[in-house]
Amino acid sequence: MANRDYAGQGESGSLRRPASLSRRWHIDMPLLLLLLLLSAVGLGILYSASGGELAHARRQAVFIGVAFVVMVAAAQLSLEAYQRWSLWFYFGGCCLLVAVLFFGDGAKGAQRWLQLGNFRFQPSEVLKLVVPIAVATYLCRRSLPPSFAVILGALAIIALPVALIVRQPDLGTAILIAASGMFALYLAGLSWKWLGGALLGLMVAIWPIWNWGLRDYQRQRILTLFNPDADRLGSGWNIFQSKAAIGSGGLQGKGYMQGTQSQLDFLPESDTDFIVAVLAEEWGLWGVLLLLLLYLLIIARGIYISFTARQLFGCLLAGSITLTFFVYVFVNIGMVTGILPVVGVPLPLVSRGGTAVVTLMAGFGILMAIATESRRTHF
Amino acid sequence: MSDNLHFKDHFTERRLFRNRMLVALVGVIAMAGVLVARLYNLQVVNYDSYRTQSDENRIQVRPVPPTRGLIYDRYGALLADNRPSYTLSLVRERINDLNATLELLAELVRLEDSDVNKFNKRLPQRRPFEPVPLRFRLSEEEIARIGVNEFRLPGVSVEAGLVRYYPHKELLAHSVGYVGRINAREQKDFNEEDIRRYSGTQSIGKVGLERAYEKLLLGEVGFENVETNARGRVLRVLERQDPKPGAELVLHLDVDLQQAVLDALGDQRGAVVAIDVQTGGVLAFVSQPAFDPNLFVTGISFDNYRALRDSPDKPLFNRALQGQYPPGSTIKPMLALGGLAAGVIDANTTIRDPGYYRLPNDRHKYRDWKAHGNQVDVLQALIESCDVYFYDMAHRWGIDGMHDIASRFGLGTKTGIDLPVERPGLYPSREWKRGARGLPWFPGDNLNVVLGQGDVLATPLQLAVMTATIANRGKHYKPQIVKSINGSEQPAELLHQVEVKKEHWDLVFEGMEGVVNHPRGTGKKAGAELDFKVAGKSGTAQLVSIAQGAKYDSKALHERHRDNALFVAFAPVDNPQIAVAVLVENGEGGGRVAAPVAREVFAEWMSRPRENSVDTTETELRADVDG
Repeated sequence: MANRDYAGQGESGSLRRPASLSRRWHIDMPLLLLLLLLSAVGLGILYSASGGELAHARRQAVFIGVAFVVMVAAAQLSLEAYQRWSLWFYFGGCCLLVAVLFFGDGAKGAQRWLQLGNFRFQPSEVLKLVVPIAVATYLCRRSLPPSFAVILGALAIIALPVALIVRQPDLGTAILIAASGMFALYLAGLSWKWLGGALLGLMVAIWPIWNWGLRDYQRQRILTLFNPDADRLGSGWNIFQSKAAIGSGGLQGKGYMQGTQSQLDFLPESDTDFIVAVLAEEWGLWGVLLLLLLYLLIIARGIYISFTARQLFGCLLAGSITLTFFVYVFVNIGMVTGILPVVGVPLPLVSRGGTAVVTLMAGFGILMAIATESRRTHF
Repeated sequence: MSDNLHFKDHFTERRLFRNRMLVALVGVIAMAGVLVARLYNLQVVNYDSYRTQSDENRIQVRPVPPTRGLIYDRYGALLADNRPSYTLSLVRERINDLNATLELLAELVRLEDSDVNKFNKRLPQRRPFEPVPLRFRLSEEEIARIGVNEFRLPGVSVEAGLVRYYPHKELLAHSVGYVGRINAREQKDFNEEDIRRYSGTQSIGKVGLERAYEKLLLGEVGFENVETNARGRVLRVLERQDPKPGAELVLHLDVDLQQAVLDALGDQRGAVVAIDVQTGGVLAFVSQPAFDPNLFVTGISFDNYRALRDSPDKPLFNRALQGQYPPGSTIKPMLALGGLAAGVIDANTTIRDPGYYRLPNDRHKYRDWKAHGNQVDVLQALIESCDVYFYDMAHRWGIDGMHDIASRFGLGTKTGIDLPVERPGLYPSREWKRGARGLPWFPGDNLNVVLGQGDVLATPLQLAVMTATIANRGKHYKPQIVKSINGSEQPAELLHQVEVKKEHWDLVFEGMEGVVNHPRGTGKKAGAELDFKVAGKSGTAQLVSIAQGAKYDSKALHERHRDNALFVAFAPVDNPQIAVAVLVENGEGGGRVAAPVAREVFAEWMSRPRENSVDTTETELRADVDG
């Protein structure tokens, strides 16, 4: 403890003022700048995607502002605190999910929302952070690589909330949450034999899952993936239109606010899940590549933080959060470009939506907390 | 010790983590590569095809329907108009829940079950993304209500269009006809070109001139490229090719004459056709009772249709064009001409008429309507409608000659009038009887066909053409309703010239004049109180045969079995202008019931200021003779 206090003093004494301010607030400057840039780009795209109506973008800007505050707050907690509280986070999250099943608000046949007064939020979003924290906490207290019993324990931690979310049903979120937990397990050194076995098991399980595990609309989405032209006006409409939007954007794009697919409402969900098609149509391939570059820079920074983390907990958590972030991006763009089935995954920091942004930024806050921790020990 | 162990573990764990993270990093780069490859494939490799797709999405080629040609009578009265009308249409492809949309619409506009039923019938016939009409003739208020609720009604639109309107209603139902919605059968018969021409048009001529001149009236469809949003709302017009309106028709018909005929007929069933002798132009074309053609334009309701279809008066039946009636004695002047020309009779031929006629070696009595005396010549036979004179002529002449002259005057063949679905009537011949009945021609048959009975059938139109040909001294013009198309006059078409000596024409003219003007004439009512002379011939045709020796008793017969009254006439005798055929169903007396109708036609027509159309007909005639 004394060591840490000393490092803190040395730090504030040896660096210039702005840096010291960011250090005092546990802010990772490169990450913050990248996130601010991404948010600004996202708002610009959203403004166009909502047909030039300021209301949506303004509302989203408020959400982003709140999210940044949450991020700074999350960065203030020490990693010890996250570990200490992980059990409570976990049970609290699971309780919320149970509450959703009983009191949740529905939309399109799925109950995903909890209404608290004027405030509506999606508890499954919170679990996106809670699950990796819980799994990382669980694993870093045991010797690694994990034994069979430990693996089963970690899987059990992942399985409970995932099962609850599948019940809502919200397959996309469930898969992402499972992935975030699995990333922690994988990074902790889950042996390749196990990974190979799991992959094999998954392939064997495809047939029973297809027959009994999926709902009709989910099956339809997967069929649509392989044959999008079969039912253009029905289930294939979204993908047909999003591909037309992206493809017609070409290399240069049609110009900001000039996308015919998005501005004339041919592209459905253009301000939420399919927003990347708006970017692709209006800014062309160059625009999407720049966005992708921005995402990759953020991911690179996340990986750097995970590499430099002092404690294993920080490594696992930073790695898991970063990889999950990439999975969001990959699944979203993959689905909009028609190489993955349509699952409800928003494009991080660009798609319209409140809870998702707040959760994401809280995750980056945790990354910053990890970065802060590692900086202290290096001095 | 414990620290050391921990440190070692920490080191292994860290190495393990870094290995895993590096593998993951490779995975991230590979997956990002997949995305880039996919985007490259969509945006660069397949750019053209997606560009086309998105243009096809937003740019739609919309047909711009042409304005249907207007129809006027000879004096410029509008007979078929186009009126603006607002139609509620639905694009099925843009509606998710059709029932919900229909329920909502039912709250906003008056929507009857029949509207919905017909909409459901039209639905499977549509082309993709074609708006299918649900309600026609929306009121201002209904349009406003739909406008306010537009956001709740994707795929629903109010379309302004022109709808055919017939201001004279029943008056011209059987000549002008009507348009109606293109039905499945008509659509099936469309070829590629038709599909293009009708792409913006929903109605087609069904009956009458509207059908006969469909190709000209329709016009040429225009097109426009419009940008629409996903809900089908048109945002702007990118390119436009204007439609060409349909041809304007001016008819020979005269609305006032038509009305005069109707007034003269009163509520009697029948048909009247009046023809301009000089050109074959049809001046009046009446079939009574008629119907309001406006009922059919946007689709007649089943109740209305059933009422028309099941009425015993058959208002939908075009009696003038399709009604084949025994012409009775109205064909006697024509046959007399034939007999004179063939030398079977001459001006001095007389017979004795005891009130009946007997064929040699036959005890059967062929009745006359009265005994006409001992010295009946052709003139008296025509004036008094003496049957025995014609029995005698027919017996001596035989069927071949009678069939020949009847054919020359157009009986038994379609007149070729510019109206669809004409019936040919029938004037029997030996060949016909052998084919249709499998029987040889009997001498008694001659006596039937000479009186326009038995198997003889003619439409009122044919009788009018026959009369006009007599009035014209043999010039047989094709009857025409349309006088000019887009201002260009349609030439009169001389079909052929019946060659008969002038003295024979004079004799028959004299006879027909006597029918109207002689004290014993049978059609005096046709010329009553007119300042010009009318020539005509009455006819009374039996519908049921009367037993040998029995008398015709009007009261004992069912009203619909009573004789038909006929009258054919032309006027003025010295310079014939107009020929008329009148048929009154179950009217019983041609001279008593039909002749007065003819008189009204003449009175009305001859009160018109004369047109200077004689010159043109003269030149055309000469041209025809030369050819």
